[in-house]
Amino acid sequence: MGLFTELKDSISRVTDRLFSEQEPKRIGIYGPPNAGKTTLANRIARDWTGDAIGTESHIPHETRRARRKENVEIERNGKSVTIDIVDTPGVTTKVDYEEFTDEMEKDDAIRRSREATEGVAEAMHWLREDVDGVIYVLDSAEDPITQVNTMLIGIIESRDLPVLIFANKTDLEDSSVKRIEDAFPQHETIPLSAKEGDNMDEVYESIAEYFG
Amino acid sequence: MPKATNTDDPDDGIQIDMISGERMDELATMEKIRMILDGVHDGNIVILEEGLTPDEESKLIETTMAEINPDGFNGIEIETYPKSETRDSSLLGRIMGTDESTAKLTVIGPANRIETLHKDETLISALVSRN
Repeated sequence: MGLFTELKDSISRVTDRLFSEQEPKRIGIYGPPNAGKTTLANRIARDWTGDAIGTESHIPHETRRARRKENVEIERNGKSVTIDIVDTPGVTTKVDYEEFTDEMEKDDAIRRSREATEGVAEAMHWLREDVDGVIYVLDSAEDPITQVNTMLIGIIESRDLPVLIFANKTDLEDSSVKRIEDAFPQHETIPLSAKEGDNMDEVYESIAEYFG
Repeated sequence: MPKATNTDDPDDGIQIDMISGERMDELATMEKIRMILDGVHDGNIVILEEGLTPDEESKLIETTMAEINPDGFNGIEIETYPKSETRDSSLLGRIMGTDESTAKLTVIGPANRIETLHKDETLISALVSRN
């Protein structure tokens, strides 16, 4: 792509973002597998529309296709934003069908792993092309400094997308929000438990403030 | 497309391809990704002197996912040192897409052969199995 075309596209992307206030913002929920992305997406969708988005599970890669809930209007403290929530599969660099064979037959495990790989590829493609902002969900009981997290945050930053980091699972004994704040100090980190519904007021305030 | 050569017999040992920044500069994004994944498919460890841009990393993940199959290739392990400096780049640089730091050593290998891939502030350490 030529320099001029690249500049034109970049300016076009920025102006599109600035002047499309009436359109719902497409907010992608990204993060590693089992961080609680679907649990969070469901809680947001239920709180503001009454319907859930998808199935929650402890099995990695339960979300194998990106799923969208459209026109979720969030209001807090006089600020409001209408978003399309896109719940994406957990991003990873490897998927081994044998990880699932304890839970299911080999054929089903192969099918699940194949769907999972397609889902991750799709999520990466959407990140480059189709989202206006990112909610990055991390399990606060796990070490956040992994190559996938560092790489994904780097990719999001390079696209100049607004990103909020949610430190999920604060109900767990090993949870450490500070560990996440220290890992990504350049971004705002909001603690929550999507499962228990803890601190959701601050979550909605942040979404309305940041993406509105 | 330039491609690193492999040893004739994979039982001879583990091949490490160290690719210079100069060589990578000559290649388009998908040529870089193809060279990396061809090496990893052959069971090699690929070391990039100057790493990949965030956009190239994103396409590497996407392409890797498309090539995973239950008959042997289950993905990659990747570690980078030092981490990306993109967040320090200027706004103009980010808008222009010209200021993405790639000055970072990157190690990529097949997930089924790398037992551990560990990084601390000064060291990337990989334990690689022969099969």
